[in-house]
Amino acid sequence: MRTFFQRHSKFRPRSSDEATGDSAIPEDMWVKCPKCGELIYSKELDHNDRVCPKCGHHFRLNARERIALLADEGSFVEWDAGIQPEDPLEFVDPKGAYAEKLASTQEKTGETESLISGLGRIEDRPVVIAVAEFAFMGASMGSVWGEKLARAIERAAHDGLPVLTVNASGGARMHEGLFSLMQMAKTVAAFDRLGRARLPHFSVLIDPCYGGVTASYATVADVILAEPGALIGFAGQRVIEQVTKQKLPPDFQTAEFLLDHGMIDLIVERALLRSTLATLIDHHAPAPVSFRPEDNGYDAAGAVELVDAGSGSAGDTSPEHVRHTAS
Amino acid sequence: MSTVDTISEETVNMPPVNLSPMDRVRLARDPQRPGTLDYIAELFSNFVELHGDRTFGDDGALIGGLATFRNRSVLVLGHQGGSNTRENLARNFGMPRPEGFRKARRLMCHAEKFRLPIIAFIDTSGADPGIGSEERGQGTAIAECLLQMVGLRVPIICVVIGEGGSGGALAISLGDRLLMLENAVYAVASPEACAAILWKDSSFASEAAETMRVTAADLQRFGIIDELIAEPVPAHEAPRETIGAVGQRIAAHLETLLDTFDISDPESVEALLRERYDKFRAIGAWHEG
Repeated sequence: MRTFFQRHSKFRPRSSDEATGDSAIPEDMWVKCPKCGELIYSKELDHNDRVCPKCGHHFRLNARERIALLADEGSFVEWDAGIQPEDPLEFVDPKGAYAEKLASTQEKTGETESLISGLGRIEDRPVVIAVAEFAFMGASMGSVWGEKLARAIERAAHDGLPVLTVNASGGARMHEGLFSLMQMAKTVAAFDRLGRARLPHFSVLIDPCYGGVTASYATVADVILAEPGALIGFAGQRVIEQVTKQKLPPDFQTAEFLLDHGMIDLIVERALLRSTLATLIDHHAPAPVSFRPEDNGYDAAGAVELVDAGSGSAGDTSPEHVRHTAS
Repeated sequence: MSTVDTISEETVNMPPVNLSPMDRVRLARDPQRPGTLDYIAELFSNFVELHGDRTFGDDGALIGGLATFRNRSVLVLGHQGGSNTRENLARNFGMPRPEGFRKARRLMCHAEKFRLPIIAFIDTSGADPGIGSEERGQGTAIAECLLQMVGLRVPIICVVIGEGGSGGALAISLGDRLLMLENAVYAVASPEACAAILWKDSSFASEAAETMRVTAADLQRFGIIDELIAEPVPAHEAPRETIGAVGQRIAAHLETLLDTFDISDPESVEALLRERYDKFRAIGAWHEG
C-alpha cells in the first residue's frame, strides 16, 4: 500500500491544533468513520490513503492530496495558478459581496480557485492533470475553472498528451451567472478538439460530483472511472426529493448505482487508481504497447517525439512552454 | 452583416422599459407566451415531427423535426411546455428527460448527415430533476448533446424565446448564433433555486434575479448573446409580431452564415467550426497575474 502522506509530507492535512496553534492533545488523533462508525487512528488512515481499513469508506481528499496520490513524487508542475476570478455580475447575496467571499475563501483554502491544473507523471507517463478542490466554494465551476481547463486541454492537444480530470463539484458557480453555465460549453469544446486529435481524456468522478460538471466534460470522457461510494448526479438529492415528493432508493446516485445503470466504465478503489490510470494511458498511447520491449516504459520513439514539448522534468517551467498556446 | 449590426444598435438605443428582472422572468414564463410549436406553425411549412431517441422513449418536452424555412429544408429543435395542466403533464412542464436530449442529439446527427442547418428554440425552466432521469443519465445526456453540437458540421442558430433554464437550456444552444428576445431570460439556476440556496428562502427570487443578471440586455452587455431581439409589446400580447420579428432575424443570420460558409466544402466547414470554437472559448471573466 502506498503511503503518500508520508512521502509527501507537505500535503499532509493540517490537524486542528496546528491550525489553531493549540498545543493540547490533538482531537483528530482518532477519526470516526462516517460509514461504519469505526474509530481509526488518524495516522493509520493516512497510511491507508485515507480509506477506512474496516469498511473501505473513501474519505475525501483535497486537490493537493489527490495530486500527491496520483502523480509521481515531485513530477507535478502547476499551470496558470495566476488566473484570478472576477465579479462580472457584482453579485451580492445576504452574506455579502461575491468579491469578498472570494477573498475570504482564498485566504481560508490557500488556493486561488476551485480547479488546479498542470503537468505531471503517472508511473512515469506524462499526463495533463486537472483536479477540482471541493473546499473552494464547493468546487463550483466558474470562469477560472473553464479558462484553466481549456488552456490545459489545448496544451495537451498541442503536445500530444492525454488528459486526466478528477471531478468533484457542487455545480455551476451561481455568483458568476451565465458565465458559469458557458464554461460547460467552453470545456466541452476544448475536449472535442482533443478528441479530434485522438488524444484520450480520462475522467475520475469523486465524491461529490453534481450539476454542470456532471452535465458537461466529466461524463463525455473516453473512459469514466469513479471512486467507490462517490455520489454523482445531475440534480441534487434534496431538490429531487422536494420536486418529486418521492423517497429516493438507498444507493441512489452512488458510483455503484451509476455503474449498474451503465453510466460509468469502472469503479476503482483508491489504492488501485494510479496503476489503473497508467495502464489506461498505455492502452491509448500512440505506439502499440505490445511492440515495446520494456513492459512499463513510456519511451517508444514516436511517443517521446510527440510529447517532448510538454514532458520536461518537474522543474521545466520555461515561459515558452507555459505560454505557447495561451491566447 | 450590416443589417444585423443596424438592428442591434437600434435595440440598444431603445428607451428603457421599466421592468425589473423578475418582471421579465414572469413574462418569460407566461403560459400564453408563444412556444416552439407556435414558432413552427408561423414561420415554417412542411413540418414533419420526428419522435423518439431510439433507445428508451420519446420526450414531449423537447421536440424536433424537419421543416421548410424560407424555401430551405432545416432541422427545428425546441423545448415545449404546455399552456394548461393537461398539456403540461404530457410535456412534463417543458423539462426534458434524458430521452429528449438523446432525441435532440440524434436529430442533430441527422441534420449533419443531410447538411441541413439547425434552428433551435430555447424555452425551458431546466432539465427534469427526477429519479428516472438520474437513473437514465441526465447529466450524460446533456453532456453528449453539448459535445455533438459544438462540433456539428452545419450552421446552427439558437433563439431564447422564453425561459433559458440552466443545463437543460444550454444543451440545445451551442450554436453559431445565440439570439434572445428582450423579455426572455437565461440563467445558470432559476431565481427561486438561487434564492433557496443563498438566501435560504425562495421568496427572495426577485433579489436573486436582480443580482444574477438574467436579462437579454445584461447578456448582450456581457457578449454572451449575439443579438437582442426587441419585444416592445410582451410576446403573449403580440404573438404574430414577435414571431415575425424573430423569423426575420433568424433569416438574416442564416443568410449570413450560408453566404460565409459553404456546407458542402470541408474546408469552409472547418472555418465555421473554428469560429464556433473561438466564440465559446472567449467567454469568461478572469484576469491573470
